[in-house]
Parts: sequence; C-alpha cells; structure tokens
Amino acid sequence: MPGSPASGGDRPRVFIVDDHGLFRSGVRSELGDQVDVVGEAEDVAPAIARIAECLPDVVLLDVHLPGGGGQNVVTATKAAHPQVRFLALSASDAPEDVIAVIRAGARGYVTKTISGTELVDAVYRVAAGDAVFSPRLAGFVLDAFAALAPAVEGRQTFDPELDQLTPREREVLRLIARGYTYKEIARELYISGKTVESHVSSVLRKLQLSTRHQLTRWATERRLT
Amino acid sequence: MKERTGFVPGAADGQGGPQGSSPHDGDVRPQQGWPRRRGRWHYRPGRWARGPRIDGPLRRRRDDRLVAGVAAGLAARTGIDVTVIRIGFVVASLLSLFGVAAYVVAWLLLPAEGADGNIGGRALTDRRGIALAAGLGSLLCVLFFIASTVGAGWLGSLAWPLVVSVAGITLIWRNAPADEQAVLHRLVGPVLGLAEGGRRSRSPLRIAAAVLLLVVGLGLLLAGRTPPALLQPVAGVVLVMAAIVVGLGPWWLRIARDLVMERQARARAEERADMAARVHDSVLQTLALIQRRADQPQQVIQLARAQERELRSWLFDGPPPGSVAGQAMTLAAGVRLIQQEVEAQHEIAVEAVTVGDCELDDDLSALLAAAREATVNAAKWSGAPVVSLFAEVEPAEVVLFVRDRGRGFDPETVPGDRKGLAESIHARITRRGGSATVRSAPGEGTEVSLVMPRGAGRRQPSRPARA
Repeated sequence: MPGSPASGGDRPRVFIVDDHGLFRSGVRSELGDQVDVVGEAEDVAPAIARIAECLPDVVLLDVHLPGGGGQNVVTATKAAHPQVRFLALSASDAPEDVIAVIRAGARGYVTKTISGTELVDAVYRVAAGDAVFSPRLAGFVLDAFAALAPAVEGRQTFDPELDQLTPREREVLRLIARGYTYKEIARELYISGKTVESHVSSVLRKLQLSTRHQLTRWATERRLT
Repeated sequence: MKERTGFVPGAADGQGGPQGSSPHDGDVRPQQGWPRRRGRWHYRPGRWARGPRIDGPLRRRRDDRLVAGVAAGLAARTGIDVTVIRIGFVVASLLSLFGVAAYVVAWLLLPAEGADGNIGGRALTDRRGIALAAGLGSLLCVLFFIASTVGAGWLGSLAWPLVVSVAGITLIWRNAPADEQAVLHRLVGPVLGLAEGGRRSRSPLRIAAAVLLLVVGLGLLLAGRTPPALLQPVAGVVLVMAAIVVGLGPWWLRIARDLVMERQARARAEERADMAARVHDSVLQTLALIQRRADQPQQVIQLARAQERELRSWLFDGPPPGSVAGQAMTLAAGVRLIQQEVEAQHEIAVEAVTVGDCELDDDLSALLAAAREATVNAAKWSGAPVVSLFAEVEPAEVVLFVRDRGRGFDPETVPGDRKGLAESIHARITRRGGSATVRSAPGEGTEVSLVMPRGAGRRQPSRPARA
C-alpha cells in the first residue's frame, strides 16, 4: 500500500484496543492474514504503553473504554508518535463521543456492523493517510455543521473556511450517509475516486481544526436531549 | 407538428425565436408575418422565453406541475418557457376568467403523461357526475339571469367561463386519479372550508351579515321615497326567484346531498386503502416470514405471538401496526424505532443515520411507515447483510433513503398483486403530496428515495372518527 510505513512488509501493522476479549478475537479473525495484527490492549493505560512499544501503522480503537474515552489514547500517543494512525470502531455511540475521538486525531470512524472486507479496506485506507467515514459519522458531521450554520451568520467567525462545508462536501457526506461506497459516490457524482477521498479528508481536517465553540456546544446539546 | 403548436398562437410564434432543434424554422417563419422577429434586437428577448422542448403528443406533465401540468405540457411541447405560459394563463384569468375555463378544459381533455386516457373520456361514463355538473351549471345560469335582471349586467361577461369552469372542475373532481384530486383538494379546500365552517364558528357572523344586508336593503327601498310603481319590478324579481327556488330547489338540495355523500364515500375509500396498506405491513408480512421459517418452530411461534399482540392492540386500543406514531414523537426517534424493530424481526443490520430532527405529524408518520416498509422489503428480499436508512430534515421537506446492496430487481417487472411497493410505499406517500422513487437493477441493489414536504399536512386530518 503506498504511503504506509513498510515496517511489516506490505501489510499494515494493526493494534486493537477494545475491552471485550470476544470482540478482539472476532476482529482478529475477520482481518485474517490481510493485515498484521501486532498487539491488543483492553484499557487506556496499557494501550498507550503497548502502542509506544510496537508502533503499529493503524490502531483500531474502541470509543468507550473502562479507563476513559478512547480519545485519551489518541492524544497521549499523537504527541510522541504522530505517524501512528487511529481508526475509531464502536457498536453504537453518542455523537459527542465520536466527534471527540475524531477531533483528538482519529482518521475515521466505523461501526462494528461493518463487514470483514470493508474493515480491511478501511484499515488500508487509514494506513495510506486517508479518512474513513462511516454513514453514521457522515450523519453526525452533517448534523454538527448544519447546527453551526445559523450561529455563524450573526457572529464574527474566526475562520469561515473551517466553519462550513462546501456544497460538494455536503453532497459527498450525504451519499456516504445513504450507504454509498467511495467508488459508488465517484460514479454517482461523475468525479474520480481520488477526488472523493480529498473531499472526505478536507471534511476531516475541518472537523479537527475548527476551533469553534459551537462544535462542542452542539455536542453537549445533543447529550442533553 | 408545426400546426399543432397553435394552442397558444401568438406566444408560440412570437417568442419562440429560432429553435435550435428544428432546422426548418428559418423557412417557415417569414411566411408567418413576423419576419422582423429574427432581427438581432429581438433575438435576445426571445432567449429567456425558451425552455427545453420535447417532441411527441401534447401531454400534461407530472413532474413540473403547479396545478395539473397543463402549462408545463404546453411548454415542453412548444419550447416556450413554462413561466411565460403560466403568466399567460394568469393574465387571461384576471381579464375575464377565460384563462381558468381554458385551463379546466385542457385539464379535462389532455391525457396526463404516462396515462392511457384523458379525464373527459372517463367522465362520459360517469352519469351522476354529469348530472351534478349540469345541476351546478344551471344553478349558476339562474343566478346570472337574476343578476342581469337586477341590473348587474357586468357579471354576464363572467358567466360562461365560470359555468364551464365549475362544470369542468366537478367532472375532474369525480374522475381524476388520486394525486390530481389531492391537488384539487388543496386548491378548492379553502373555499369549501369557508362555506362549511359556517356551520360552527362562522354562523353568527353570517347571520349578522345577512341581517345587516336585509336592513340596509329594506332601508334603501323604503327610505328612498320611491313611488310604489317602481317597486313593482322588484316584487316581480322576488316572485321569479321564489318560483325558481320552489321549482328547482329540491333538485339542488339533492345535488348538495350527493356532494356530501360523495365526499364521505371518498373518505371511506381512502380509509380502506390505508387499512389495506396496514394489514399488508403487519399481517401479510408476518405470514410471509412464517412461511420462510417454517423449519424453525420456535421462531414461528415467536413471530405469531408478536403479530397477535400487535393486531390485538391495534384492533382494541393502541396505535395501528406499522405506524410509528404514538410510540415516537420525533422523526429521529421514529427512525431508531424502525431500526430496532427490523433488526429484531429480520436477520439484518440496519445502519440508521438521521440529520436534524422535527416533530412528527400525519404526513411524516406516513413517510416513516413507508420507510419501514421499504426497510422490511430490503430485509426480506435483497439478501444483503446491511440496509442503510438515511433521513434528513430540511427546512422545506424531509428526505429519506433506504438502500441495500443486495440482489436488486427490475422495477418494471413487479407483478401487480405484490402490494408492498405500489400501495404501501408509493400510494401512501403520494396521497399526502410527497414523492417516492425506486432505483434498482438486478445485481446492483436497491435504493428507495422518499420525499415529503413539511407542513403540507394542514389539510383536514383524513381519518376523523365521524364515519
């Protein structure tokens, strides 16, 4: 895979963080021999230590862990080892938790209902530096930015570029939310697969860099309702 | 072809300008007496008036209609911009009501796109409808006659278009397909509501107005120091009116009663269709499931029990099966409910995503019921492990997509007795002013797109307990 550190041959080296042993072994067998699973951990602190040891290409990270949110693993690792990439993986989560992990630096979010081949595909994508959006994450992001829009109008914005999605990005997100794969989106919108990826990456960048309070406020409001 | 564009004579030739699609325009135009239209300074004004042009017989368009699609059909056929034609109709209506009459006649005579006959043809066999139209027409004629004898002769210019329009609308109302009736209902509803609402809220107002008019009229008559001889024609008019009321009154009363019964019958038919859709969603679906799992007695029992519970609760108290209203208050909650139910009853994962949220009303409940049906269909027939359900609340409408990557089908070949798609999804949505499209091909999965305008549900709730 181009762009992935070639420490374990061609296959990306994967680390699994999840508090359910059953799930970890399930993912392991689903990934099969298409990736190189180099380790697992079941909580925040051991995960941080083990990841620093074996420096995987991709960490499959559960959003909820007993010792705190998955975003703590991301923030702790990011500073020292920026080359380690994170893919959030969870059963069903509140949007604010998912957005928090993404904003901490994860390159994508998929739900546990994902099929084996799709998961492998997502791992390769993240290893190559692309963003992976599941339908649910796309929905969260559309929701978050739609909630921002009215607030943006009245007040002064620091960086309007970062605070809203372009129509094209919104279109791509909508198709992801409708269950389209990148390839199908490219065909639907008459653009190349690379362009789809760049749109998604740009959304991810906006999500991570936007410093607006509204994004956090949106998340907390969601928690209250 | 050229001759038939004469439906809107001036507009077709005057504003069409040179048509890119028909190379002969250059030869024909000079003979029509407007050679200067081809001049440079006329060319530009012609451009904005042009729209895309479709060859083929004149049809009412379904996709781009405000009322019945007559203007859009004319626009597509002649290549004139639809807005120009609409303005033409409105101006003609304001001048003399002629535009309305012409529109109604066109509605009756032009077949809709994709339909195999016009409404007029169906109306010919509808005897009661014709009697009704004739009755209303004659009533109007008498009114105009009275008006002209009392001296309001200016009303006479409106008479014929109005008579034609009222008779035509009556026939359309009785014979048009459901979606067009909905349009008519929306247009005429407020007027009828005004007349009907009088029974309750407006009746004091109406009595007050009548008393006021009577007092003013009598006052004018008596206070004007008119010699009694001048009152004679007035008395004559009153007598003629009385004679007409006595003579034709019962007939009109019967017509009015027919109208009421007609409305009730329609409400019953709608209720029946709704009921059929619900029974399909619940009982028939479960029976199909039971057949498919006949080898697993435990599951069959479980399904049967669940269905029994649902049916009982619907028959004797609670909300109808397949409807999510009553359990969910908002759209997002309704979508989540569909996800849970379908995942519990079928071996399929439902990936549900909602963007935005809003309160549920009758229309949105119907949308959710249709979405549920589409999801269940995907679970049963697609063979895919996951079905995606995406709902987005926009300011003007709610859109909902149900997509699977399963085996797909050819929408053209679905047999008519498989009610799921036609009745539960399509009819349910269009009855309430939304739209449903199915995109599928064998091997490529299926996507059902549902759109429901928001706040269109101000029409009377169609299932009150009065029946």
